[in-house]
Amino acid sequence: MPEPDGEAGQAGQAGQGGQPAGGRRIWVVPQLRDGRVTRASWEALAAAGQLAAALAASAPSSSAVPTVSIDAVLLGSGVAAAAGELAQRGVAAVLVADHPALAAYTPGAWIGVLAPAIGAERPDYVLFPHTYQTVDFVPRLAQRTGAGLLPEVTGFAPAAAATAGAGGVAAGDGLVWTRPVLGGKLQARVRVRGAGTVLVSVQSGSFPADALPAAAADGDVKLQPLPVDPAQARPDREILGYEEAAAQQVDLTKAGIIVAVGRGVGGADKLGPIEELARALGAEIGASRPVIDSGWLPRERQIGSSGQTVSPRLYIAAGISGAIQHLVGMKGSAVIVAINKDPSAPIFTVARYGLVGDLHELVPALTAAVKAAQG
Amino acid sequence: MKIAVCIKQVPNSEARLRLSRDGRWLDEEDLPFIVNESDEYALEEGLRLAERTGGEVVAFSLGPERVREALRKALALGAARAVHLADPAFAGGDALATGRALAAALAREAFDLVLTGSQSDDAGFGATASIIAGHLGWPHVWLVMGVELEPAAGPPASAKVTREMESGVNEVSRVALPAVLAIQAGINHPRYASLKGIMQAKKKEIAVLSPADLGLGPAELGAAGSRLEVLSVAFPAAGEGAQILEGDPQTAAAALVQKLRQEARVL
Repeated sequence: MPEPDGEAGQAGQAGQGGQPAGGRRIWVVPQLRDGRVTRASWEALAAAGQLAAALAASAPSSSAVPTVSIDAVLLGSGVAAAAGELAQRGVAAVLVADHPALAAYTPGAWIGVLAPAIGAERPDYVLFPHTYQTVDFVPRLAQRTGAGLLPEVTGFAPAAAATAGAGGVAAGDGLVWTRPVLGGKLQARVRVRGAGTVLVSVQSGSFPADALPAAAADGDVKLQPLPVDPAQARPDREILGYEEAAAQQVDLTKAGIIVAVGRGVGGADKLGPIEELARALGAEIGASRPVIDSGWLPRERQIGSSGQTVSPRLYIAAGISGAIQHLVGMKGSAVIVAINKDPSAPIFTVARYGLVGDLHELVPALTAAVKAAQG
Repeated sequence: MKIAVCIKQVPNSEARLRLSRDGRWLDEEDLPFIVNESDEYALEEGLRLAERTGGEVVAFSLGPERVREALRKALALGAARAVHLADPAFAGGDALATGRALAAALAREAFDLVLTGSQSDDAGFGATASIIAGHLGWPHVWLVMGVELEPAAGPPASAKVTREMESGVNEVSRVALPAVLAIQAGINHPRYASLKGIMQAKKKEIAVLSPADLGLGPAELGAAGSRLEVLSVAFPAAGEGAQILEGDPQTAAAALVQKLRQEARVL
């Protein structure tokens, strides 16, 4: 019978990292792909920069300006190049857990390194890119360390600005965070109560990474080894391998125009008019996840976080409400047209043009208008 | 094989949504509720694994009285019995508080496998499975697209699990049982309830658990036991950024094509 993970207390000694004890501390845990720091991780680092500025500004005016430090915490095996990359982008220190036991990600190994470090160092915030890997292990890391958990944030603001009219008074550092709920149909404003570390995951596309300093602020960045105890950093799943999810016979990333359908189309037997519109435009057909899961179109046509990421010159979204998982896969399109019966659907927040109404009437009308314009 | 499936009842987001008076959530009067989508796939996966191994499924849900409807549906689909965590003290919890309560309820029995959906369609934390697993000290996998019990014959000792990753790659791993798996929508094709199943469900037990049954105090549960607090919710500004083209379908479509040709220059 395995021992339950304890909700460990946060007793520990200060010291490691780029900041002397007393200041506020933000950690960022980047992820790597092919040995390089991912774009979503740079965005988490950009979020940390904005958070540091907000924490410094939120201090009571009577006290001295508090120090807020940002450290990157890097896990893996043979990650010196990525550590060097991180050291040049405005962090105080890079804590590096470089160990053969971390060659492949597992929740057990990652939590086995991060939980003792968080318990000992007690950073105020630990930021993660909101990825599938993060959702896989960070909630359990929060449970293990007794930290708060704040997933999928898209922004934050000082309490006064964010809660005007909402009747809320924020505590602690006074920050009010935004995150999508109901698949993005609503934006929630949330705060974190109480003391202690908070684990935050940052939705991609919310904090532009190009605002990051391109080089070291002061050339004094410390690379510090983070201890890895193989007895603690134990894999809790045996990795057997990685496989391609679906043969990608359709490369939607090269399409100039995409007509994409969502659940609102209503069924596989109702795709005829969509296909006609796509033919008239010389477009590829794409779909949001519910259409794929229902078996109305093959998985190779899925657009979104678990499908393809596309950026055509024209993207027509028909019957797609615009859940964030879909938006991250298409919002880079040059021009987006949304066709939806619900004028408050989140897809309209990224669209340049919108048609509000029944897509079964609007799509054939659009096909006819396209053909008429083509002469 | 004894399998627990945790299901959540969520608002049907296709319905007309109105905000509650205090602006913190939806007005639940006349709001239709459904079983969370990925939880339906988790329930189906649990039923299939139970049928294959001659076991049973027990459905768990936390929430107010209306949650019984979701549990009744699980019973109609084939769950042997249900457990309802029903107490106002459970309400308003964040993922950590809700996971703590569910784990305490699950620990009262000896399950071989606990399934959840990958994430709820309302709060969308995606956190319940791994928090439960942390409390139980079991391995977990999130976003599961395939489960094979091993060995194929005889009592299962482990599961070969396919986990979805970004960019079209799946991780295949083996976890020892007992384990907690968060099931991704699309893993199977959920069945429909039969009339016979619906009739039988009426006779099946829905046990009710209170915080005292779980040995948990009010400070560990619900809103009081949560560090996360929702201050307000709001609709994104309607048509923010989008030019809405008005008129009947023909007029609107013609106006759109003109914009796409002359203003956006993409046609």
